[in-house]
Amino acid sequence: MLKIVNLHASAEGKTILNGINLEIKAGEVHAIMGPNGSGKSTLAAVIAGKEEYTVEKGKITFEGQDIDELSAEERAHKGIFLSFQYPVEIPGVSVTNFMKTAINETRKAKGLKDMPASEMLKLIREKSELLEIDRKFLSRSLNQGFSGGEKKRNEIFQMALLEPKLAILDETDSGLDIDAIRIVSNGVNKLKNENNAIVIITHYQRLLDYIVPDFVHVMHNGKIVKSGTKELALKLEEKGYDWIKKEVYG
Amino acid sequence: MDLKEKLISSFLAFENQMDVDTYVHDIRTEAIKTFEDKGFPTKKDEDWKYTSLNRVLKENYTLFPKKENTLEYREIKKYFIHDIDSYKIVFIDGEYSSYFSETTHDGMDICLTSAALAKPKYRLIIENYFNKIATKDSLTSLNTAFSNEGAYIHIPKNKLVEKPIQILHFSTGNEAASMLQPRNLIIVDENSHVQIIERHQSLTDNPVLTNSVTEIFANKRAIVDYYKVQNDNQNASLIDNTFINQRRESICSVHTFSFGGKLTRNNLKFYQNGERINSILKGITIIGNKQHVDHSTLVKHIEPNCESHQDYKGIFEDNSVGVFNGKVIVEKEAQKTNAFQASNNILLNDRATINAKPQLEIFADDVKCSHGCTIGQLDENALFYLRTRGIPKKEAKALLMYAFTNNVLESVKIPELKQRIHKIIATKLGVNIGFEL
Repeated sequence: MLKIVNLHASAEGKTILNGINLEIKAGEVHAIMGPNGSGKSTLAAVIAGKEEYTVEKGKITFEGQDIDELSAEERAHKGIFLSFQYPVEIPGVSVTNFMKTAINETRKAKGLKDMPASEMLKLIREKSELLEIDRKFLSRSLNQGFSGGEKKRNEIFQMALLEPKLAILDETDSGLDIDAIRIVSNGVNKLKNENNAIVIITHYQRLLDYIVPDFVHVMHNGKIVKSGTKELALKLEEKGYDWIKKEVYG
Repeated sequence: MDLKEKLISSFLAFENQMDVDTYVHDIRTEAIKTFEDKGFPTKKDEDWKYTSLNRVLKENYTLFPKKENTLEYREIKKYFIHDIDSYKIVFIDGEYSSYFSETTHDGMDICLTSAALAKPKYRLIIENYFNKIATKDSLTSLNTAFSNEGAYIHIPKNKLVEKPIQILHFSTGNEAASMLQPRNLIIVDENSHVQIIERHQSLTDNPVLTNSVTEIFANKRAIVDYYKVQNDNQNASLIDNTFINQRRESICSVHTFSFGGKLTRNNLKFYQNGERINSILKGITIIGNKQHVDHSTLVKHIEPNCESHQDYKGIFEDNSVGVFNGKVIVEKEAQKTNAFQASNNILLNDRATINAKPQLEIFADDVKCSHGCTIGQLDENALFYLRTRGIPKKEAKALLMYAFTNNVLESVKIPELKQRIHKIIATKLGVNIGFEL
């Protein structure tokens, strides 16, 4: 589904990604871990099409198509979704209206007509139950005055409505209490199927107890320095990153 | 002959054709002298440092345009808030149009300045209120000298006026260039409540210069909500001078929506003459091209325990210029004043300009006053967020701009007006988003 080959990317002349190779297939869950500043969030933003980053070298293909020239919205229309670490507040635009706009813009890009209001309502109701979101929440301004947990839950709610092929969850677990982690990961697990893929970016093993990854990658200095299975995450939790640095750099 | 000379030389002819009332006559004569002495303001005047009138004064304006009679409702319907029941006071090229208006004398007066100035039964009111708070600066004096027509509204005490009042000034452009000087007088007595919407609209591309003066008196516990919709075409300029005198426990709000016109200058002055008064000044400015919008505000806190809230949002594109000049004076007696002022601005490119100048003069020692000016660009990260949800760049930008102005829009109390402003903003931003912007 997603194939990244020797990806180098920079921002304001500074190289941040330094030769990333990664392949993600439909039905897989990948976790990307690594210390602060290793380039995890940059990788997520580059995949999603943030304009501030320049791809210097290498290639990202999504379903066989080179996506380098595509704008963020075009990537979204193709089925790439990024859950933000810090979702943006939009006063005056309700969660419902925002999602209607997002869904209909995506449909428009695919040459489809707006979703009929009744169908939209049904979809929103169904997905809000999945994330244990109550109706009052839907008429509030997007992310405005939301708690950390509410913001993250709302991100996954958006994912549920947009049904992406590839969902990248950037530190979705940070700032969440144990109940919120349970609700969020429960939602993600229910959305997971053999046709989509999920990338989890996290510092901690905690979330991986709930969403079990097929592969775990460790990033350092803009590179994936080690890949393994879920046991790798457990080892990191126990031993930290130093042993990997030693193993890689000698 | 330049515009100043032309105005002065036409004054006598204008005055002679009026019903002579010594009181008003003396005020007008005094005012033309003031204008003659001071002339039009220039950039050398501190209050006009960022706004030059040069490019609007050079036209050869007709001072008393001929009335156009052929206007039909369908041509002007869209400028009314037409989906509500309302009183309407409509002027075409400076003259009252009874055909389009809906006035009343039933328990209150919603009618014309010309009638109030001429008829003996209004004499006492005129002597008590007319030209009492309008300042003696040159443009206001100029308007006073030629004051004759406009809206006259007098709401007696204990009256909730259920229908909003719409004041509309149309210019048909049947003269090559015209100058209009409407004069409004609004008196709201004890415990009464009124909502007013004012709009100036030119119907052709011929230049129009409007120099308008509005005096508003909010007496004890009165509530006045005033909305100014400024979305005129590219050759129409407006100098709006609005003066508000508030008595104890009154609440007055003025919302100014500036989306169009060539040059717009809003001189908005509040005087708090009483305790526990609340004054609210809000504005949204969204302009482009070479448009110029200047908000010059003054709130004078004179007595204790009063509040004022100023909140202006501006979005500037192309070569547009914005000015925010906000002055708050807290006099020595005005203890326990709460005065807040905010001017937040977004420049969409590096050719647009905003000049923001907050001025606080505080002579009391137990007060809470704050001011904040911000100038920035659209948040790139927020834009990215919306785009990752599949919302195209243009629509995403519009959503962010809408969100930026939202808290001002939220305080509009007439839903149909709010909806209209939403529509104007959406049109202005060139988007059609699936829900009412």
